[in-house]
Amino acid sequence: MTKFTRRDSIALGLGAAAVLSPLGRFAKAAVPVADVPAPKFEIEDGASLRVLRPAKFVPADEEYFNKNTKKFTDTTGIDVRVDYQAWEDLRPQTAVTANTGAGPDVVLGWTDDPHLYSDKLVDITDIADYLGKKYGGWYPLSELYGKKFGTDTWVAIPFGGTGGPAVYRKSWVNEAGFDEFPKDLDGFLKLCQGLKKIGHPAGFALGHAVGDGNSFVHWLVWSHGGFMIDENQKVTINSNETIEALEYAKALYETFVPGTQSWLDSNNNKAMLAGEIGLTQNGVSLYNAFKKSEDPNIAKLAEDVYHAPMPIGPVGRPTATALVVNAMIFSHTEYPNAAKAYLTFMMEAEQYDTWLTASSGYWSQPLKAYSESAVWSSDPKILVYRDTMKDALWLSYKGPISEASAAVVADYVMLDMVASAATGSATPQEAAAEAERRAKRYFKS
Amino acid sequence: MTSVAESLGKTSVQPGPIARLFDWKPFLIVICLLPAVGLLTVFLTYPLGLGVWLSFTDTKIGRDGFFVGLENFASLARDPIFWLSVFNTIVYTALATVLKFGLGLWLALLLNEYMPFKALIRAIVLVPWIVPTVLSAMAFWWIYDPQFSIISYFFKDVVPIREQNFDFLGEPWPARLSLIAANVWRGIPFVAISLLAGLQTISPSLYEAAMLDGATGWQRFRYVTVPMLMPVLAVVLTFSVIFTFTDFQLVYAITRGGPNNATHLMATLAFQRGIPGGQLGEGAAIAVAMIPFLVAATLISYFGLARRKWQQGESND
Repeated sequence: MTKFTRRDSIALGLGAAAVLSPLGRFAKAAVPVADVPAPKFEIEDGASLRVLRPAKFVPADEEYFNKNTKKFTDTTGIDVRVDYQAWEDLRPQTAVTANTGAGPDVVLGWTDDPHLYSDKLVDITDIADYLGKKYGGWYPLSELYGKKFGTDTWVAIPFGGTGGPAVYRKSWVNEAGFDEFPKDLDGFLKLCQGLKKIGHPAGFALGHAVGDGNSFVHWLVWSHGGFMIDENQKVTINSNETIEALEYAKALYETFVPGTQSWLDSNNNKAMLAGEIGLTQNGVSLYNAFKKSEDPNIAKLAEDVYHAPMPIGPVGRPTATALVVNAMIFSHTEYPNAAKAYLTFMMEAEQYDTWLTASSGYWSQPLKAYSESAVWSSDPKILVYRDTMKDALWLSYKGPISEASAAVVADYVMLDMVASAATGSATPQEAAAEAERRAKRYFKS
Repeated sequence: MTSVAESLGKTSVQPGPIARLFDWKPFLIVICLLPAVGLLTVFLTYPLGLGVWLSFTDTKIGRDGFFVGLENFASLARDPIFWLSVFNTIVYTALATVLKFGLGLWLALLLNEYMPFKALIRAIVLVPWIVPTVLSAMAFWWIYDPQFSIISYFFKDVVPIREQNFDFLGEPWPARLSLIAANVWRGIPFVAISLLAGLQTISPSLYEAAMLDGATGWQRFRYVTVPMLMPVLAVVLTFSVIFTFTDFQLVYAITRGGPNNATHLMATLAFQRGIPGGQLGEGAAIAVAMIPFLVAATLISYFGLARRKWQQGESND
């Protein structure tokens, strides 16, 4: 089969969902596949599986996940029931599953969970090795989430990640004096100042916004070289680099639209759609909200909406976050081989690529070969989401993921630090010291 | 005589052992109480007991804990954010309760007067109370939105007396007061309708007697209405304090405890640390720390207002 050209895939991408299934069939050709023998699983007699995963972000996510699951049942005769759980409720449910040793066999859980329950998970190094060899290798972030920290034992298959790059209105960025989106922090500050001057300021969430707030402040602190804990779980947040980051945050905050200190996750979407702001940080959902808006005036603006990676600071590497979903097999399952076969099946190009493509940028792949998927050439504007898992860091960078690190994130320690320094309710020194104190409550040495 | 009694005894059916068992009072008491005790144990005692137990352990989500005694409480006592949440909760409860009672009593007195469409108006008053909290929280979230607030719109575009939007939720005190206003809006109907029920139990003859004695409107209110209303007031106040003190949904939906923890209540902080943060032991400890405050508030409002003698118009001892 021939590879897809970009024009073909755009034509197909523009079509309705009905066109997507043939697209999946062809797209297989685009994903480079190494010739690796598939592992053989002795499927247990009478095996059936229960799978728990987060509720869809886009209808196609659930539709294609179910289609692929049904295909698995048709091929193998293994019955699979998939339950969808609202995303805030998924973690408590995963915890109960881990705690009681009952419930679903496979859980597609959030970021930290494989590390919190690593002792209760089936070793799936064999399928991770197979998939890695076949599909061009795992991204570093996939390895970090999939392997038990500091070992080569895989306990989870990272299924996909969603990223939050900069989303901006191109015409306003141009008007503010920038032909291209700046790649460094100085340029970024100047851009925000320019946007404020022309009356279309930037806006980044500084309230207790779990997704958007955390991705903004972690990017900001990391880009200057600050980080919460080091490799040995020593709390290192109160550093000169952090103070510099907070000084920068102060200067940046002055350019924001008023009110960002109370923004939750959806405020920036509303403000951007209403034309109140010209720049923010978000998943691809915002762009799609423009595109699919029933108001023709807003839909027209989709042309003006562009994405760019968040600028790179003095550390010289991208410092974005990603929300990753990891598939885990709990050791209480009676059918570990059936579960392994299921996960392998779902990650194979015939299935995974159709799902990835249908999700139109919401999910980004953990395996390098899928960067050639047709979805990334279907619309040049979503290309930036392709590298979500290639460059992103995890929220407890540089330390291991643990109960303590999860508690520090849930307590909004980094967010409160940046917000209080940016708004001037604390000096950068005070804010960093307070964050250190709060983190140390959990990292008792 | 005896023969009659004997013959009667022979012909009448002896009650079986089961019937006799059911006639036995102690057994009957146990049987009749069992469902209620069972329900209370399952739905009240067990969760409460578990919560108290968890607060003395270092349980994390996904891992059983060990008994650590008062360690959670000691650690909270050194945490300024915990104390901030205690302060917020007390301010929130005190201000909201005073406002709810002032306005609620006023509304009850108005509704007690004769007016057309009385029943309909009373029903409408209940609406804020009936609407699910999350829905009203969403409504207030929009009302307080930094960009799209209808209040900002009104004062900026309709009556242009302001240049900037109001920043309801961005600064600590405005954010606290905004949440209190939302809570008061929700709570007034409960107070008003309960007090209205209390007002209607007051016999009109008391007012007539007072009028014959030449009492002014204020005197009738002060010496007839207030004392007669006191028992109802005490109960309603107790409930209202408990509801307000344990409020969660409004704060969680509107600010999540932000900005910079300025609106965290004990209930929201307990949830944040216990469930998303995974520190079940610490979360339970924050929740348990609410109990002394609640008991104190309940005792004050109940005993302070429900003293018999005062109710009957005599002076306190």
